[in-house]
Amino acid sequence: MSSNYLDIIRPGINTTFQDKGRDHLYHIGIPFSGAMDSRNYFIANKLVNNDLDSAVIEFAYQGPHIKYSGEKINFAITGDVIFSIKRKDTEIEGNCYESYQIENGDEINIISTNKSVYGYLALGGELDLKFQWNSCSVNTKANIGSNDGKKLDVGQRVNLKKINSNKDIKKTNYINTKIENIRVIKGTNFDYFSEVGKKIFFEKEFTVTKLSDRMGMRLEGPKIDNIVNTNIKSEGLIKGVIQVPADGNPIIMLSDHGTIGGYPKIGVVASVDYDRLVQMSPGSKIKFKEINLSDAETLFKLYEMETQNLLSQI
Amino acid sequence: MIKNISNLGDAALYCDFGNEVNKSINSHVIKYFKTIKEKKFEGINNLTPSYNKLIISFDLKKTNFKEVKHYVENIDAKDSQDINSKKLEIPVCCHENFSMDIKRLEEILKLSREKILENFLNKEYFCYMTGFIAGMPFLGDLDENMRAQRLETPRVKVPKGSVALTEQFANIYTFESPGGWNILGNTPLDVFDSSKEDKPNLINPGDTVIFKEITLDQYKNYNEQ
Repeated sequence: MSSNYLDIIRPGINTTFQDKGRDHLYHIGIPFSGAMDSRNYFIANKLVNNDLDSAVIEFAYQGPHIKYSGEKINFAITGDVIFSIKRKDTEIEGNCYESYQIENGDEINIISTNKSVYGYLALGGELDLKFQWNSCSVNTKANIGSNDGKKLDVGQRVNLKKINSNKDIKKTNYINTKIENIRVIKGTNFDYFSEVGKKIFFEKEFTVTKLSDRMGMRLEGPKIDNIVNTNIKSEGLIKGVIQVPADGNPIIMLSDHGTIGGYPKIGVVASVDYDRLVQMSPGSKIKFKEINLSDAETLFKLYEMETQNLLSQI
Repeated sequence: MIKNISNLGDAALYCDFGNEVNKSINSHVIKYFKTIKEKKFEGINNLTPSYNKLIISFDLKKTNFKEVKHYVENIDAKDSQDINSKKLEIPVCCHENFSMDIKRLEEILKLSREKILENFLNKEYFCYMTGFIAGMPFLGDLDENMRAQRLETPRVKVPKGSVALTEQFANIYTFESPGGWNILGNTPLDVFDSSKEDKPNLINPGDTVIFKEITLDQYKNYNEQ
């Protein structure tokens, strides 16, 4: 088979192949998926001279330990990640946002993300992956995407179809900024909640719980009281929707969310804050800040310009 | 028709067709869904029809709420009493191996097992929407005397193929998933097949479904024929 490949010595906790995701499928029950933190995903690809929408390896918390076999290749890791590169008997600590060249027998050991959730490993080339609906993104709940829709497993071999001839080493000084306030647009069922409940939502602190994954982020905090009905007739969801079930604790829909749901929607996270929201690890405190539609649109435009600017400098 | 269009966040339209759940309102939702889907408006990346709402989500890098709203308001939604809607027979086995909640249903509905099956089988149900999990159809309406609430504590794992009831609706679990609906039987049919990219769903919004009972032997042999 391929002469360039990765052997997975340790897969990590939740390591999957991801790309830009798949669209036009909500109506049959298939969510967007794709890299959770899209800015870090794009930067990873740019650092290794890939097309921006190439497949990468996404990991959460503990990442994979990989052994590489084949001709020289570049790789880069983005996020806030602690990792090392091992060549024969020498092990060096790696820096995020910097590409490295590895050769036959080298190992990459991604120890963990630091006070964040997701990190990205891009290899300068093309991974040999199966595509479903124009995307390799793995959705482990529906077993859709490459790798039979499953996480990476120990002992697995991942082949590379092709290695980039452009092996220029690249670097950028990007720093992931943490935010405490997540900006939110009022949801379609905002008025289902009591005046006290609405006030709590925008004034009190919520904690990210461990029951969070690529599907959703469950929060805990003072109970948000519903005065109309704790259920609505099931209807479509999008990523970023904040639902409040009967127990009064908000759940934020993330990239692998169920496509329809029947809990009232108190708000929707503004697109500008999505990349940073998904990086909030269990125990982090969140405060919601209300913004209107036109501010949300302007802020997203600025965020997108900043992303393009970052990418153009790499 | 659409009663109101509002924004769901900054990257989706929330089209409200009313609050009731009935075939007539849902047909309007599906009509808009199909028309917009065919026209492939640049920037719209997903459409989610449900009982009485249509959510249109878009790529905020390419378009925005105002543009998409204007587009939807001026669209000529074609009547789609369309040729694409199918009538499907779904085999279901209600042997005790599968009908995990039959006792519960007997108690809640105050009907015998035989009567429950008689009420449920061989009737036409309309597919209002698909989703939650990939390919799951939401079918209705069940007879008035067949309506039960969902389980107080949902199951962690509902077997693939389970045919289940809640309120006026029936559904089919397209793969193993958590769920709280009352399980009545199981179908050996693959209702969702991700290897068929152009038609992964056996049942689509607007289709009509009839459940036909099969025996345990027929169930076991179903996929060997």
